[in-house]
Amino acid sequence: MILTILSVILIVAGLVFFFGAAVGLMRFPDFYSRMHAAGKGDTLSTLLVISGFALYQIRGIHDLSHDWPVLLVVLKLLAIVVFIYLTSPTSTSALADAGWEDGIDPVIEPGRENHLEDDCRRKKTPTAQNPEPL
Amino acid sequence: MTFEHFAIGVGIAVLLLMIPAMLRIVNGPTALDRIVAVNVIGTKTAVLLVVIGVVFKQVGMFVDFALAYALLNFTGSIAAARYLHRAAQRGGDAPSGEEAD
Repeated sequence: MILTILSVILIVAGLVFFFGAAVGLMRFPDFYSRMHAAGKGDTLSTLLVISGFALYQIRGIHDLSHDWPVLLVVLKLLAIVVFIYLTSPTSTSALADAGWEDGIDPVIEPGRENHLEDDCRRKKTPTAQNPEPL
Repeated sequence: MTFEHFAIGVGIAVLLLMIPAMLRIVNGPTALDRIVAVNVIGTKTAVLLVVIGVVFKQVGMFVDFALAYALLNFTGSIAAARYLHRAAQRGGDAPSGEEAD
């Protein structure tokens, strides 16, 4: 019973974070802020929901010699959690880097100085003086 | 109200919350916006597969599908990111995704 309540709390928290990610993906003004909402909200909500279902599956384990398939299911769910925890930030980082290389400009508030332009924007066509780093 | 009813509600909520990502796919200004939204929907599809497994009491089978789906989703988004990265580096200021190899 306590495990069920805990898993319901985890799943509902995951849905709340997914709601935040969906609203951010819908409403934010530029690519990088949408990336921020999608990356973080999506990762955390997936982790919470799948952890909640794993916690619910633990409820079915009474005798380990008889209930080992349930333990296997729990371990697979935790493997999904670990995998998404590692890969979702990786793909978010790769996509943001691709967007930066592609020349997508962030939206800067008018009146504020854009430091990004002269600090770290790589030259789009590599020259002999400015070779492309590998 | 059993946990299966709750799981059905979770599945419906996840499906409804996929709609904003779908709208972002339809009218995303750049190709990378669309790829991000596809990535979000793919991750949520893994969650949805686990929900389906709980509803039909077949978690042992559907959790394998969810694991494979998460792996393929990661590979696809990394491949798309690398492709657009290379295209941007090769083709100067070509717009997203139009630079073919």
